[in-house]
Amino acid sequence: MTKRSTLAAPYQIFLVLFVVLPLVLILIYAFMDGNGGFTFSNFATFAGQPEAIKTFVYSIEVAVITTVLCLLLGYPAAYIMSNSQLNRSSITVILFILPMWINMLVRTLATVALFDFVRIPLGEGALIFGMVYNFLPFMIYPIYNILKKMDQSYIEAAQDLGASPRQVFFKVIIPLSMPGISSGVLMVFMPTISTFAIAELLTMNNIKLFGTTIQENINNGMWNYGAALALIMLVIIGITTVFADSSSNREEDAGGPI
Amino acid sequence: MAGKDAIIEIEHLSKVFGTTLALNDINLSIKKGEFVTLLGPSGCGKTTLLRHIAGFIKVEEGRILMEGKDISEVPPFRRELNTVFQRYALFPQLDVYDNIAFGLKLKKLPEKEINKRVKKMLKMVSMTGYEGRDVNSLSGGQQQRVAIARALVNYPKVLLLDEPLAALDLKMRKDMQIELKEIHKKLGITFIYVTHDQEEALTLSDTIVVMKDGRILQTGSPIDIYNEPKNAFVADFIGDSNIYDAVMIEDRRVSFCGHEFECVDEGFGNNAPAEVVIRPEDIYVLPNPAAGQFTGVVRSCTFKGVHYEMFVDTPEGYEVMIQDYNAFEVGSEIGMLIKPQDIQVMHVSRVENIFKGEMVDSNHVDMIGGVFECPQTGFERGQKVTVRVPYDKVDLMDNVEDGTVCANIDFLLYKGNHYAIHVLTEDGYSARVSTNDVWDKNDMVGIKILPGDMTIEKAEEND
Repeated sequence: MTKRSTLAAPYQIFLVLFVVLPLVLILIYAFMDGNGGFTFSNFATFAGQPEAIKTFVYSIEVAVITTVLCLLLGYPAAYIMSNSQLNRSSITVILFILPMWINMLVRTLATVALFDFVRIPLGEGALIFGMVYNFLPFMIYPIYNILKKMDQSYIEAAQDLGASPRQVFFKVIIPLSMPGISSGVLMVFMPTISTFAIAELLTMNNIKLFGTTIQENINNGMWNYGAALALIMLVIIGITTVFADSSSNREEDAGGPI
Repeated sequence: MAGKDAIIEIEHLSKVFGTTLALNDINLSIKKGEFVTLLGPSGCGKTTLLRHIAGFIKVEEGRILMEGKDISEVPPFRRELNTVFQRYALFPQLDVYDNIAFGLKLKKLPEKEINKRVKKMLKMVSMTGYEGRDVNSLSGGQQQRVAIARALVNYPKVLLLDEPLAALDLKMRKDMQIELKEIHKKLGITFIYVTHDQEEALTLSDTIVVMKDGRILQTGSPIDIYNEPKNAFVADFIGDSNIYDAVMIEDRRVSFCGHEFECVDEGFGNNAPAEVVIRPEDIYVLPNPAAGQFTGVVRSCTFKGVHYEMFVDTPEGYEVMIQDYNAFEVGSEIGMLIKPQDIQVMHVSRVENIFKGEMVDSNHVDMIGGVFECPQTGFERGQKVTVRVPYDKVDLMDNVEDGTVCANIDFLLYKGNHYAIHVLTEDGYSARVSTNDVWDKNDMVGIKILPGDMTIEKAEEND
C-alpha cells in the first residue's frame, strides 16, 4: 500500500504547487485590499465600473458566438469525416487536426499577415474569424470521436421504424452525439472566454476582452483587483462545466478529454 | 414458384463483398404467416440475406418482391416490415415507452392511439409497468422484450429477427423461444428468423432454410430436414448423426460399414456411390450380438439426461454413435439393427477431385493456384487439361511449406472410419480430402499430390 501511494507523491506535489496553491492565492488576493486586510471592495470596484462590466459581457458574447459558429461548422465536418461513405480516407481527419500542431500565436500572427495581404481591415470580424479558426479542431474532434464510435445499428433501427434520413439525423444521431457536443462546447467556450492574445493581435488592441482586462490589471500591479476578475471568470467557467456535465452524464463514454 | 399466398419472394439474389460471394443466386418464396428460419454456420450469408430483405443492403443482382411488388429499390424506412436486432439497438436516450412509441410517433398517430398500442405491446411481452424505465437499466432479456415490442407495435406484415436470442443465457433463451412462438401464433404475421442454433430452428420454425457459403442447401419443414437431409452437410449440421460412405447396390439395397442393408430409396442405379445418414436414436441395440444385422463392442457410454450416448466400434473398423434409453457396459459385445426407413441415402455427385489446369511443361501442371509435378504427358505448354485426383490421394501437410499450395480446412465430417475434409486454398479453389489424420476447422495446411496419383486428360475444347 505505502509503496503504491509513494508513486503518486510527485504528482500530488505538482498539483499542490501549480494548481491548488495558485487557486488559493487567487481566492485570497481577490478578498484582500492593498494593505492585506479582508475586503469586498475589489468586487465592488468591478460592479461600479460600467466599462469593465461591458467588457465582461462582450467577452461572453464573443465566446458564445465563437462556440455557436464552431458547432455549426464543426458538426457537419465531424459528420462527414466519420461517415465512411462520404469520406474514405483518414487524410481529411489529419488535415483538420494538423493546425493544432502549430503554436496558437504563430497561427494568429499568420492570420494577421493573411488579412493584411488581402487588405481586410482587422477588427471584430477578424477577431471572430481568428477565434473560430483556432478553436474549431477542439469542437470537431470530440464530436468526430463519438460519431465514429456510434453503433450503426441505432441508425438502422431508426430507419427500420420508418425514419427518413432527415429524421434519423435529428432524432437519433444528434441526441446520441450530445456527449461529444457538450465536450466540444466546453473545450471551445472555456478558452475563448479567457483568451487575450488573439484579441490583441487580430484587432490591433482595439477591442478589449475580459482576458485582456485581467492581464492589464495584473501587469499594472493591481494584483487584488485582477485576482477578483479572474475569480469571476472562474465561476462562469465553473457554471458552464456543471451544465455540460449534467447533459453528458447519460452517456458514460463521452468523446473528449474532459 | 411464386404462389398467390407468398408475401416475400426472392429471385436470383446475389451479393459480392470484396472478393467473396456472400450470396449466390438465392431463390426463396416465403408464405404469409409462416415462421421461416434461415439457419447456417457463421459466414453462410443468412444475416446478409436478412439485411437485404430489411433494406440495409442495396440489392445489386436479382430482386426482392413483397406481396408481388418489387421492393428492391425501396429504402428501408418505406418497407412494411420491422427488425429485431441482435444487440437490440434500443435508443439509449429514450425510456422504454419512447423506444416503443418511436415508430408510431414518426407516423404522427394521435397520442391516445400511441398510448393504447404501447400499453398493449408491453402487456404482450409481459413488461407492463416498465414504461418509464431507462433502457440501460434493464436486463438482457427485458431489453429483448422491449426490442420485440418496438418492432411489433408498428403492426408490420413481416417481422425480421436477427439472432435475437444469441446474447441470452440458455434458460432465458428457452423461455423466450416459447414466448416468440406464442406471439407468432397470436399475431399470425410472417416471421423471418436468423439463427445458427439448429435446436432453436427445429423448435420454432414452420420452414427451415439451411444455408452454407451463400447458397441455400435445403428448404423444408423441421421434420423433413431432420429425417431427410439432402446432403452430408445438412445432416451433420442438424442434430447428431452417423454419416458413412455407401454404395447403392440396387434399388432398396445399400451397402455401408461392410454390411448390406435394406432401405427404401430407389432410382440411384446399380453400384452407385452414395452417402447414408443414420440418426443415433434410430439404431436398435440388442444384448445378443447374433440377433442384430451387425455387431460391435461398446467403447464408451455416457449418461445424457434422457438417454445414454454410446460409441460402438465394429470389427470392420467403423465407429457408430447410438442414443438409447438403456445403458450397455463398456467392453460388451452387442448386436445392432437399423430399420429400412431409418436409413437416409444421399446422392454423391463426385467420387474424386476434378481440377482444371494448364500445362507448364510436359510434366508440370498449373492448377488450384500452384504448379504440381505430374507424370510425363507429352502435352505442350499452355495445353488446358483436366486433372483427376482421388480424395484419399490428396495429402495434407502440417508444415505449410511442405505442400505445393497452402489451404485452410473449411469443413470436416467424421464418416465412421475416416474424415471427409473440404479445404479452401488461398486463391479460393476447393478440394476434397479423405484422411485418417485428425485436423481442426481453420487449420492451415499444405496440399501435396504425388505425380503418380494424378490422371491427366486434355480438356474439352469448350471448357
